Amino acid sequence: MKYLGIEPKRLRFAVFEFTGCEGCELQLANKEETLLAFLGAVDVVEFREVSSARNGAYDVALVDGAISRTDEVERLREIRARAKVLVALGSCACFGGVNRMKNACDLDQANREVYGDHPKETLPTRAIHEVVPVDLKIPGCPVSKAEVERIVQHLLFEVPYQFPVYPVCLECKQHFTVCLFDKGQLCLGPITRGGCDAPCPAGGLGCWGCRGKAADANIDEFRSIARERAHGEREIAERLGFFGGFEEHS
Amino acid sequence: MLFRTLAKPDFKALVERILASTEVIGPKRVGTDRHGRPIHHYLPVESFDEIDLDYETTEFSAKTYFLPYKENLCSYRFQDDDWRQEIRYRIQPRAIIGLHACDIHALIKLDKALARDFFPSPYYISRRKNTFVVGIDHDPCEGGFCRSLGTDTATHGFDLFLTDLGERYFVAIGSDRGFRALSGLPAAEITEQDTEDYLRVRKRIAAGFKTEINVQNLPNLLDIEFESPVWEKWGGKCLSCGSCAMVCPTCYCYGVSERVSMDFASGAKTKQLYSCNLIDFAVVAGGHNFRPNRQTRLKYRYYHQHRGFMEAYDEPKCVGCNRCGRTCLAGINPVEVIRDLQAEDET
Repeated sequence: MKYLGIEPKRLRFAVFEFTGCEGCELQLANKEETLLAFLGAVDVVEFREVSSARNGAYDVALVDGAISRTDEVERLREIRARAKVLVALGSCACFGGVNRMKNACDLDQANREVYGDHPKETLPTRAIHEVVPVDLKIPGCPVSKAEVERIVQHLLFEVPYQFPVYPVCLECKQHFTVCLFDKGQLCLGPITRGGCDAPCPAGGLGCWGCRGKAADANIDEFRSIARERAHGEREIAERLGFFGGFEEHS
Repeated sequence: MLFRTLAKPDFKALVERILASTEVIGPKRVGTDRHGRPIHHYLPVESFDEIDLDYETTEFSAKTYFLPYKENLCSYRFQDDDWRQEIRYRIQPRAIIGLHACDIHALIKLDKALARDFFPSPYYISRRKNTFVVGIDHDPCEGGFCRSLGTDTATHGFDLFLTDLGERYFVAIGSDRGFRALSGLPAAEITEQDTEDYLRVRKRIAAGFKTEINVQNLPNLLDIEFESPVWEKWGGKCLSCGSCAMVCPTCYCYGVSERVSMDFASGAKTKQLYSCNLIDFAVVAGGHNFRPNRQTRLKYRYYHQHRGFMEAYDEPKCVGCNRCGRTCLAGINPVEVIRDLQAEDET
C-alpha cells in the first residue's frame, strides 16, 4: 500500500477500553463500505472486543472510556508509557462522558445507589487527558468512524486533517433541519462542535453536546437565549453537564 | 417583455407537464413553528398539489439548488505513479416553481459574481442555465425589507413570473424558454382589463410594506462607523454559528477540503459553503486569524453585504428577505443593526 508513491509509516495499533459502554470500539468495526480497506491499512495488535490476541508492542493506542478506578489509572499510565501516540476516542475519553455526572453527587451515596451492600472502589470520573498527556482527541458519542479514518490516514501518511470547529447549527442549516428552538425544544447545537452532520436535530432530538464545546462558543448568549425561551436553570445546567464537555459551565 | 394571462388550471397543467420529465422544486409546507405559523421549505415535489404558492416565506433560500451546501468539485484516481482527474457538472434540468422577487434578485446577484466576473464558475453556470425559474408575486412577508433594496419586483432573471389576479395569472415571459413552455396552453394575449388588474395588485403589494431601512449612503456610513460600539453590542450576541449565511440567498463564500479514500486509491475535492461569522473563516497558513473576534466577523458580514459587493457590482448583496434576521437565535437582524449605525451617525 502506497499513497502518492510514499510508503506508510509502519505503525501497530492497539485499542483499550476503560469506563464506558464500548460503543466507540464497536464503531471501529462499523462502516462496512470501507471496513476492509481500514483493516488493510491498520496493523491491529491488540483489541479485546474483536480479538483475543495480546501484544504489548504497539505504537498507537486508541483509548475509549473514562477513568474511574485506581487500577484504571495504573493501566492507563502503562499504556501511555508504551504508546508513541495516544488517541482519546469518544466523549468519555475526551470529557469523562455521562460517567462524569457521578462527580456532582456524593461518591459514597452514588456507590450505594448502584452497588447496594457491595460497594466498589471508585474515584471521581476523569477524562484521559486529566490523567496522562493525550496526543489526539476524537470526541463524540459514539465516535465518528469517518473521523477515526482521517486520524489513521494522518498517522500513516501525515495526510492533513482538520475537524470542524464551528457549531452544529451550520450542519442543521445545510440539511434544511427546522431549528428545534422553533419547536420549543432546548438544543446545545449553537455551542457544540459540529462535524457530526447533525443527525440528532434532524431526528427531532435537541443536541446534548456529545462533541463538546465549539471553538469560541458564546455560552453567555446561549444561556440568555435558552432563558428567554422559558428553559429553566436546572434544565440548562443538566443539559450542559450531560457529557462533561461543558463542565466549567454546568 | 411579453405578457400573457393563464387560467390557474392551465398553470397547473404546465407544472404537471414539466413534472413528467423534470425534477420540480417548490415551496412545500413542512410543519408549524411554536407560534403556530407554517414553515415552508423549497423541496422536490412529486405533484402540483404539494406546492403551496400562497406561502409567506421559506426558512431557507433556494440557494442550495444553485450553490449546494456541499459539492464535489472533482475526484482523483491514483494509478502507479500517475493520477486521473474527473470533473462532473450537474446538467440535469430542473424547474423551481414559486420563487419570490427577492430570490430572483438573489440569482441575478449571484450571476454577477459567479457567472460573469473574472472567474466564472462552471459549477454554478451549469446549474443556473439548466434550471427553469418560475417566479410569483406575493404580499410582503413579515419583517421583509426588500422594497428598501429595490428587490420587491423582478423584471428579469426568470423564465416566467406570475402575478395572481384571482382566477388567472398575469404572466411575464422572461426568456424564449419561458415562451416555449407556454406553447400548446391557452395563454391569452393581455387585455386592458388584465393590465389594469395587474397594476392594481402591484399597488396593493407595494402599499403593504411595513419594514424599511434606509440604505442611502450606507457604504460611506459603514466606513465612518468602522469603530462604532454598535459592532460590540451586536457582535457580543453573535453565536458564530453561520446560520445567517446558510439561509441567505446570496452568501456564496465557501471552503474547500480534500479527502483521500481509505484504500488510498482515490481522492476528492469538496466545496462546502462557509460563513464569515465562523471562527476559522479568516485563518491563514501559519495559523494567524485575521478576525478572531465575533464583532469583527459580524461587521465584515455587513460590509460584504452593503459595501464590498456594492463596490464590485454596483448594488448591495442583500435582497432584504430578512431570513438571517428570522433564523438568528440571538435576534441579530439587519433592520436593527443598520438603524443603530444610523442613530450612531446622528449623535
